[in-house]
Amino acid sequence: MTVGFVMMCHTELDRAAQVARFWAEGGAPVVIHVDRRVDALANTKFQRSLADLANVSFSRRFKCEWGTWSLVAAAQAGAEQMLARHPEAGHVFLASGSCLPLRPVQDLAAYLAARPHTDFIESVTTADVGWTIGGLDEERFTLHFPFSWKRHRRLFDRYVALQRRFGLRRKVPDGLAPHMGSQWWCLSRRTLASILQDPERPAYDDYFAKVWIPDESYFQTLTRLYATNVESRSLTLSKFDYQGKPHLFYDDHLQLLRRSNCFVARKIWPRADRLYSAFLAQRSAIDATAEPDPVKIDRLFTKAVERRTTGRPGLYMQSRFPHRDRENGKTSAPYSVFQGFTDLFENFDGWLAKYAGARVHGHLFAPERAGFAGGESVFAGCLTDSATLRDYNPQAFLTNLIWNSRGERQCFQFSPRDNQACNWFLATDPNAQISVISGAWAVPLFRSPESFAVTRREAARLQKIELDQINILRSMYVKARVRIWTMADFIENPMELMQTIIDEISPRSTRRLAEVPRLVDLTGFGRFLQNLKNQGMQPRLMGEFPVGDDAQGPSPQRGRPYIVR
Amino acid sequence: MQSYRLRLKRRRLLLRALRKRHALKPVARRTDAIRPDDILLFATLRNERVRLPWFLRYYRELGINHFLIVDNDSDDGSREYLAAQKDVSLWHTTASYKGSRYGMDWMNWLLARYGHRHWTLTVDPDEFLVFPFCDTRPIRALTDWLDTYEIRSFPAMLLDMYPKGPIDAQPYREGQNPLDIAQWFDSGDYTISRNREFNNLWIQGGPRARMFFADDPHNAPSLNKIPLVKWQRRYAYASSTHMLLPRGLNVVFDDWGGEKVSGCLLHAKFISPLTAKVSEELERREHFAGSREYMVYSEQLSTEPDLWCKWSEKYINWRQLEILGLMSKGNWA
Repeated sequence: MTVGFVMMCHTELDRAAQVARFWAEGGAPVVIHVDRRVDALANTKFQRSLADLANVSFSRRFKCEWGTWSLVAAAQAGAEQMLARHPEAGHVFLASGSCLPLRPVQDLAAYLAARPHTDFIESVTTADVGWTIGGLDEERFTLHFPFSWKRHRRLFDRYVALQRRFGLRRKVPDGLAPHMGSQWWCLSRRTLASILQDPERPAYDDYFAKVWIPDESYFQTLTRLYATNVESRSLTLSKFDYQGKPHLFYDDHLQLLRRSNCFVARKIWPRADRLYSAFLAQRSAIDATAEPDPVKIDRLFTKAVERRTTGRPGLYMQSRFPHRDRENGKTSAPYSVFQGFTDLFENFDGWLAKYAGARVHGHLFAPERAGFAGGESVFAGCLTDSATLRDYNPQAFLTNLIWNSRGERQCFQFSPRDNQACNWFLATDPNAQISVISGAWAVPLFRSPESFAVTRREAARLQKIELDQINILRSMYVKARVRIWTMADFIENPMELMQTIIDEISPRSTRRLAEVPRLVDLTGFGRFLQNLKNQGMQPRLMGEFPVGDDAQGPSPQRGRPYIVR
Repeated sequence: MQSYRLRLKRRRLLLRALRKRHALKPVARRTDAIRPDDILLFATLRNERVRLPWFLRYYRELGINHFLIVDNDSDDGSREYLAAQKDVSLWHTTASYKGSRYGMDWMNWLLARYGHRHWTLTVDPDEFLVFPFCDTRPIRALTDWLDTYEIRSFPAMLLDMYPKGPIDAQPYREGQNPLDIAQWFDSGDYTISRNREFNNLWIQGGPRARMFFADDPHNAPSLNKIPLVKWQRRYAYASSTHMLLPRGLNVVFDDWGGEKVSGCLLHAKFISPLTAKVSEELERREHFAGSREYMVYSEQLSTEPDLWCKWSEKYINWRQLEILGLMSKGNWA
C-alpha cells in the first residue's frame, strides 16, 4: 500500500514538476490537475517534463476560481482518476503546486499504513470554527452565492445583504451537518470512494456548487457521513494570517521546518531554492514514527499576527503611529511621577533610588534642561537634555524615554514649574503612577531670598498651574494611579505613605523603609502662608499650617528620620 | 476639495517632470534589457565616484535588476564609471539640481517612463536599504510578499550613521563598506507628527537634530522616506522621497496600534570626505531650503564635531533595528 497524491497546479509549474517527480520517484502515484487558465504551451511543457514517469497522470482540466465549486470539481476528477488507475493507493493526499514535502514518501506511506482507516481532514462544525475571514461561516451554507467575490465584490456583498434582509435561506440537504476546515486533506481510499460513489452525490454536488468556498466544506462535511475514524487535522502544514492569506516559507525557515516533522508544508516561496533542494534531496526514510509537531512554527506565525494587529505597546515609529486612545499602551512600561517631594525633602532622589531600585531622574520637564539621573547630559537612545528639543515634542520625549529604558523602572520629579504639556497624557496613561504633594512648590518660595512681591506673584502663578493639573488628575478620564495629598497631610505621616508608593513600585521587595528622607526646615512656613493671604492671595493647596512659631506642622521632630519599629 | 487640490498638484508635478525630461541626455541607455518583473533602482548623483562601487555592489546583492541613474554633471569620473556598467542606464544633465526640485523632477520622469508597473527603489548614493530578513531573503521576497497583500509602498526611515570621533578622521576608500566607518546611530530620539494634508508621518530627530538643530528643531531634516514603490505612471514623489501622491501611498503606518512592515535607509553621509563635499555644495547653493542644512554643517564641521555619544548604538543587523523599534517585520514572518 502506498499513498497517492492529487496535485492542484495553476502557477509555478517548474516547482510543481519538481515536487511531483519527488513523489513519483518515491513510489507514490501522482495525478495532476492543471488549471485550464494555464496556457497550452506552458501546460505541454509541464506535461512533457514529467512524461518519463509512468505513475504520473493528468486529470481533466477545470477553470478554477478561488471560492467556487470549480476547485471541488477538479479535486473530484483527480481523486476519481487516482482511485481508478492506482489500486495500490491506500490513502489519497490532496496537495497544491506550492506544497513542499518535508519528509520522504516512505515516511508518509508508513505513517498512513499504520493508520489504514484514519482520515486526516480538518473538519469542524460551523459553530466552532474561529478562523473564517469576512464574517461568513454558517451563512456559507444557507445563502446563495451566484456572484464572484474576486471579480464582483460589490454585487457579492449586496446580494448577501439582500438575502439577510429578506431572510432568504437555502435548505441544507437532510443528513448533512455542515463542517469546515483546511482544503488540504488526506483521506483513506474507503472514505473517498464512498463519497465519490454515493448515489446521493448529484444532490450533494448540486447543493455544494452554490455554497461559498465549497473546497473548505465539501469533503469536510461528507467525510463525516462515511468515516469511521476522523483525525480532525491536516497533514499539510499551512498557516493563515489574520487576513486569510497563507504565510509563506523561505530559506531561513529550513531548520524550523525540518524540526517540525510535518509531512508537507505550504506555501513555499517559489524562489526558496535552498528549501527545495534540501527537502527534495532526502529520498530515504528518516523516521516513520515521528509525529508532526508544528508548535514552534505556530508560535512564529501567531507572533507575527499579534505584531501586525496589536503591535508593541508604547512604541511610536514609522509604521506604527496609533491614534490617541488606540495605542494599546500609551507607554511601554510602568513609571512613577513625583510632585512636590523634592521641594519638601532633602536628597529625595538619592533616597528613592536606594529604596525603589529604579532609575530616578530629576525634573525631566524643567524649563532650563531635562534633569536626567546623575545630571547626565544624554540619556538612553541619545535623548539629550536640551529643553528646546524636548519641548518641540514633549510627549515623544516621554514615550521615547520610557521605551528606550525598557527593563528598568523610571521615576522622575515633576512640579508646576515644569513644562505642563504632558499632563493629559500622564493622567490617561495606565502605566503612570503619579504621587502629588500639593502646595509643596511653595516651600522653595518660602526659602527663597527673593523679595516678597516676586514670590507672591510666582506663588499665584504656580498655584494656578497646580490647580489646573489637579483638575485633570481628578477628572473621570484618569487611567493613571494617582495619589494626591496636601502638604500638611503628607508630613503628618510620610513614612506610611511613602511605603505604599514604594511597595507599588517594587511589590516583591519585602524590605521595610528604615528611614524617610530629611524634611526641610519648615519653621515659619505658617507665617509665610499667612503673609501670602495678607497680600490678597489665597494659598489653597497646602492644607492647614498654624501661624505660630511651631509651624513645623504637626510633627515636633524637626527633620529627624522617622524610625519605624 | 482637498483631494481635488492634491490631484492638481500631482498633475502639476507630472507635467513638470515631463517638461524637465529634455534636460536629460542619455549616455548609456540599456532600458531595453529591462524585463517586465525587474526591480529597478533610480538615483540622482553628482561626484560620487568613490562611493559608486560599493553602492552598486550592495544593491546588486540585494537583488536590484537594473539601475537608472541621472548624473548631474559630475567631473570626477562618475559618469565614465557608470556608463561602463552593464546593468546601468545613465542620463547626463547640466541643468540645475535645485531647478529640478532637487532632482525629483528627473526622478519622476524616469519613474513614469520606465518604472510603470515595476517595483522601484529611489535612493541616494549614500543610502542603504535594510528590510526585514534582508540578510537571508532577496528584495524580491519582500516585493512578492507586498504584492500578495496588495501593498504598493514600503517605508524606510532614514537612519543617520556616524563614526566615533571626528567625521573626517578616517578616510573612506573606494569599494569599502561605508558602514564599517559610520557604524553608530541614535536608537531612540526621534519625534513623529502626522501630516494631515498628505497623510504621511513627519519624522525628525537623530544626530543631526541633536547636534546641528538643537536650537531650531522645527527645521531639522525630515527622516521619513518611502523609497520602495510599485510604480504607476500616475504616481509622483511630492517632496524628495518623503511623500508621494496620490496620498494613499503615504499611509504606510498603522494607526490602530498594529505594526506594518517597514525598513530603514542607513544614511552613510557622515564619512570623509564630508568637509570637501560640504564646501562644494555650499558654493553651488543647489540644496533644499537655501542649503540651510549645509550652512549649519559648515559652521560646525570646522569645530570637528563628534556625533558619537555614550548612548550611541553600534550597528549589527536588521534584527537589532527591529528590536529597537526603528523598523518592523509587521506580519511578515
